[in-house]
Amino acid sequence: MTGITHGTALWYASRATGVVTLVLLTAVVILGILVNRRGRLPGLPGFAVTGLHRNVSLLAVAFLAVHVATAIADPYVTIGLAATVLPFAAAYKPFWLGLGAISLDLIAALVVTSLARGLIGRRTWRGIHWLAYACWPLAVVHSLGSSADARGGAVLGVLVACVLATAAALAWRLSAAARQIPRARRAAVTLHRMSPSPARKAGL
Amino acid sequence: MRQQQLRVDPVACSGHGACAELLPELITLDEWGYPVVADRPVPSGLHREARRAVTNCPALALALARVP
Amino acid sequence: MPDTLTIPSSPAQPGGSPAAGGGGLPRLLPPAGAAPADLRAHLARHGALRYAGGRGRLTGEVAAAGLTGRGGAAFPVARKLAAAAGARPAPVAVGNGAEGEPASSKDASLLWLSPHLVLDGLQLAAEAAGAPSAVLYLRPGQRLHARLAQAIAERAAAGIDAVGVALVRAPDRFLAGEESALASRLAGRPALPAYRPARGLPRLAPARSALVQNVETLAHLALIARHGAGWFRQAGTAAEPGSMLVTLHLPDGHTTVAEVPLGIALADLLGLAAGQPGSGEPGVSCGPVPVQAVLVGGYHGTWLPAAQAARLPLANAMLRPLGAAVGAGVVAALPAGRCGLAETARVARYLALESAGQCGPCFNGLPRIAAALGHLAGSRPDRRAVTDLERWAGLVTGRGACHHPDGSVRFVRSALRAFAAEIGLHEAGRCSGTDPRPFLPLPADPPSSDADWS
Repeated sequence: MTGITHGTALWYASRATGVVTLVLLTAVVILGILVNRRGRLPGLPGFAVTGLHRNVSLLAVAFLAVHVATAIADPYVTIGLAATVLPFAAAYKPFWLGLGAISLDLIAALVVTSLARGLIGRRTWRGIHWLAYACWPLAVVHSLGSSADARGGAVLGVLVACVLATAAALAWRLSAAARQIPRARRAAVTLHRMSPSPARKAGL
Repeated sequence: MRQQQLRVDPVACSGHGACAELLPELITLDEWGYPVVADRPVPSGLHREARRAVTNCPALALALARVP
Repeated sequence: MPDTLTIPSSPAQPGGSPAAGGGGLPRLLPPAGAAPADLRAHLARHGALRYAGGRGRLTGEVAAAGLTGRGGAAFPVARKLAAAAGARPAPVAVGNGAEGEPASSKDASLLWLSPHLVLDGLQLAAEAAGAPSAVLYLRPGQRLHARLAQAIAERAAAGIDAVGVALVRAPDRFLAGEESALASRLAGRPALPAYRPARGLPRLAPARSALVQNVETLAHLALIARHGAGWFRQAGTAAEPGSMLVTLHLPDGHTTVAEVPLGIALADLLGLAAGQPGSGEPGVSCGPVPVQAVLVGGYHGTWLPAAQAARLPLANAMLRPLGAAVGAGVVAALPAGRCGLAETARVARYLALESAGQCGPCFNGLPRIAAALGHLAGSRPDRRAVTDLERWAGLVTGRGACHHPDGSVRFVRSALRAFAAEIGLHEAGRCSGTDPRPFLPLPADPPSSDADWS
């Protein structure tokens, strides 16, 4: 790569950090599913799943910040600060960037509510956390359309891997939820399991 | 520092067990994986660990409350 | 529960000697032989509803009367009224007629026979709290709902009520009347108990609280407003004044609702006499039927050996030191010839199935406890069942959002004490029970889905 101008370097940095952010976001979503299902990572204590979910998400936010900052700073394309948080306000590829902006807004909401957990109450926090699931597919679609990188090669491979991994984790979560005993039946199920057969026959 | 006590919201708690791993001095798990919290105020040396346990509860079920 | 009410055609008198304590009973129930009171009969007997004249005005008289809640917790009513009067914004006034306890039918009887006393009390509670509206939370029952709807309409037509009264149907669950479950239901969600670290008026919404009183408490309120604290104290004891409705399950199988003064001897209440009928051997009997144990306080209450119960009054002052309480006034005398362990096991199973399924210790512990009791009620049970049971009882107490696990454990532990001899018999392969029929009432259908709490 000869004669890389300052602008191009920033543009490359933005795309590169974008890919990394997407990979990290994928990890966060999968770790979040693991936390919810009380899954364990082999060899690690239970709280490691929660801890990793939080720490990787902070890392993702850091890379996201660099991704956005380099995109704004780069003179190659005109992307103002406003366009990074206001959907569809960019001059360059407003639709694809707009999706990224929405995703960023959701991530910002996630971060703010998680830091202020004690103040907002459980129900509000859970509601926003759930809505923010949407930040991941928005980020994927944003990646597909924002630059030509995703059309082929290594970047497309990475994207596909992220999508497959998340789909697998989601499928696991949905099947586990379907198999879960409804709240109203929890005691009944245990009761039937524990009751000796003669007592059951006697109608006790 | 004011005395503080750990409290579990039993409805929110789903038995993740992260709290017991982070604060074994005050929290143990019963035979079904649910936390049994010591009924005494958090000793001053454990305040930081207690706050870590509260932040790391995935269900937001653990809280630190002022002892009346 | 099926739409059956234990409605005595005339209010029963407690067995044996006349009710002690005076004060002109019955107060809440219509006089013997009278029909359920419509508005005209109600006004003729009690006079017009006398409002106190403003928010918080009635509280002083209620405090002087010493009225405590008749829903089971016996909380001083004046304190709740004062809290409600100070709440901003003003709470909703709620009459709790859920009566989730299968063995209790006093609230249903009161609502059927004297709906206007309850509705008077609801208006007075609303006035004392400054409530803009009122709710009557009713156990399921088409006839009961129709009756109350008609009574409310009658009062609206006569312009008696200061605030509107909405009828809300409670689900047919044991915990439907639990205060936070009630609040949940009124807020439009299923009637599930909530975690309440801070005591106080239950919240329906972030800016909406509720003043909740049992329907019998409201009826007493209606009479205190008319006749005063001194009159109220003419019945009952100094520490526990007034009368109370009780549901009696007599050993011959009859169930009856009666109004009695607090402090009445259990022996008078049930008609207990010393000695076995006919033989004169030691023991306690109710008429011709020998009694082995008495359950006081319903399915979260306490089993007492008959000889002990026969010496006790229906008063918390004497019952609390023994780990018992008046509760919601359910008293059941278990006849000899029934297996006390089998009865307890049936109820424990019901209590486990009525768990809301929200708190791990409860939905894990109560079914295991019930299963262990079922085991003990069988032949030649393993001794481990008792140690397991004790371990689970300890694990479950105080670790739920509501008092369901605690109350259930109290009931079970009292059974292990009262029927200790029976456990010994079962371990030897014997049983004192000769009559396999169930004695304590339980509904036929257990809950099957989450919708059963709506």
